[in-house]
Amino acid sequence: MKRSFTGYAFIAPWIVGFLVFTAGPMIASFVISLHSWSMLSPPTWVGLENYQSVITDDPLFLTSLWNTAFYVVFSVPLGVGVALALALLLHNRYPGMGVFRTAIILPSITNIVAVSVLWLWVFNPDVGLLNAFLRWLGIEGPFWLQSETWAKPSLVLMSLWGVGGTTIIFLAALQGIPRELYEAAELDGAGSVKRFLHITVPMISPALFFSVVMGVIGSFQVFAQAFVMTGSAQPGSEGGPNNATLFLVLYLYKKAFQEFRMGYASALAWILFFIILVFTLLQTRLSRERVYYEAGE
Amino acid sequence: MTGIRTSDRKPTAMIALLRSISIYIILAAVSAAFVLPLAWMVSVSLHDVRGVFEQPFAWFPSQPRWENYPEVMGLVPFGRYFLNTALVTGLVLAGTLLSCSLVAYGFSRVRFRGRNLLFALCLSTMMLPGQVTMIPLYMLFSRIGWVDTLWPLIVPSFFGSPFYIFLLRQFFLTIPREYDEAALLDGAGRFRIYWSIILPLARPALITVALFTFIGTWNDFFTPLIYINSPEHATLTLGLSMLKSQIVGTGMTQWHLLMSAAVMVMLPNILLFVIAQRYLVKGIAMGGLR
Repeated sequence: MKRSFTGYAFIAPWIVGFLVFTAGPMIASFVISLHSWSMLSPPTWVGLENYQSVITDDPLFLTSLWNTAFYVVFSVPLGVGVALALALLLHNRYPGMGVFRTAIILPSITNIVAVSVLWLWVFNPDVGLLNAFLRWLGIEGPFWLQSETWAKPSLVLMSLWGVGGTTIIFLAALQGIPRELYEAAELDGAGSVKRFLHITVPMISPALFFSVVMGVIGSFQVFAQAFVMTGSAQPGSEGGPNNATLFLVLYLYKKAFQEFRMGYASALAWILFFIILVFTLLQTRLSRERVYYEAGE
Repeated sequence: MTGIRTSDRKPTAMIALLRSISIYIILAAVSAAFVLPLAWMVSVSLHDVRGVFEQPFAWFPSQPRWENYPEVMGLVPFGRYFLNTALVTGLVLAGTLLSCSLVAYGFSRVRFRGRNLLFALCLSTMMLPGQVTMIPLYMLFSRIGWVDTLWPLIVPSFFGSPFYIFLLRQFFLTIPREYDEAALLDGAGRFRIYWSIILPLARPALITVALFTFIGTWNDFFTPLIYINSPEHATLTLGLSMLKSQIVGTGMTQWHLLMSAAVMVMLPNILLFVIAQRYLVKGIAMGGLR
């Protein structure tokens, strides 16, 4: 009994936070989603009408869902793949690796709005760095953010510039693998591919799993880039061209804080949550047998 | 390219040399791709209004315009943004490290009824997008008069963040239980074990969490965008976004000034990282192995 009290005392900050900042607002959010509410006038009960409109009667929602799915499907696997490749390269014990590591991490720790401002200019079709480089290679680059086709790939490309954080997680995991495992495998005659598949991958699988799950959750909520890079001074202009970068959270933000449709925005938030929940549970199920945790209880 | 150290393999000297050279070439190319946009940004920030559009672009302008920096600081209250951001980040760091390590200790070291259930609940809130709670929290903070203040940006960090609780708990689990048991036999209390044994041993993990928290808070855009309306309470991120709308949206082509502002927003971040990176590397080398 005393032990239980000690345990609750340690986790008390989280319990309070959970009740005040998570559970309470969740209930409130669900109740709001059943109302039509502009914040200026009192809310009116509409039942499940908001959900119904979102799913059956809102082409912009479907657009934002497609845009977000595109972003998740490309940015997460590419990001994890690039980060793992970089971590493996950096894991070599050669002199000067520290310089490369710093260069790779640097962009990922910078400010997202500053990065967006920078890349807005990098993507400039005429004088931007990217098309200047492509021109140097003899290729005439696309209009990037101004093109309906290229706007989403542009943001995926930009997201790869920020894989340094994931790289560091993988690098730390690689450095945590005991050398004896490799030595033993070598004695057993395992080649480098076999050692990679049967030692490296299982040993870093918790880090891989963590990064994929976090990557999916994070990119489902992509917002700042689209907000900063595709908007003009006029509120409501974000998400262009022709809604090609209207992501779920951007759409939700516009409904809540530009159109003040709080009930509708809350319904959107719950739908977003449901999608993320399904994906996360799916990944957890898929990885149950594949992720190796040591020293767990 | 499997990342397995050459010494494991004992290849001939020639293969080892070729391997190291190709790794150097790949890494040099990748590093250049990562750093060049940053260098380009600094270069753009030192041009005048016309130089930005000149073709071919002069990477080293003949007369670097350092006065772009004071000019943009006259345009918007950058000092104020910086102080606000520093204050928020400092307090969020303190709140996150304290609360998350306490909770992670409870979840990894103390047995109590319902622990696994509560931990699963804690983990599951990781999946909860902030947008679900955003509107009611806005109402809550608005009711207690915290809208357009820095409080909504700071206070929640003192109540634990599931990401970092999970990260710290995973690390705590790798610390041998014998330390705790020995200390318990010596009559140390739980809090003492947490404070004087686990926390010092978990330094590398705490530093990682601190770095991630710093980066996350400094970069946070969504929270200030929602809660802060007036420039005197804006953070750097929000301030830069306001400036961007001013410059790009209204058709003023002062990209050199916008880039100066972006450089200034990034700079403290990068400087702090250069200092902290040593700690991170040392932490991984020292304690990250086991």
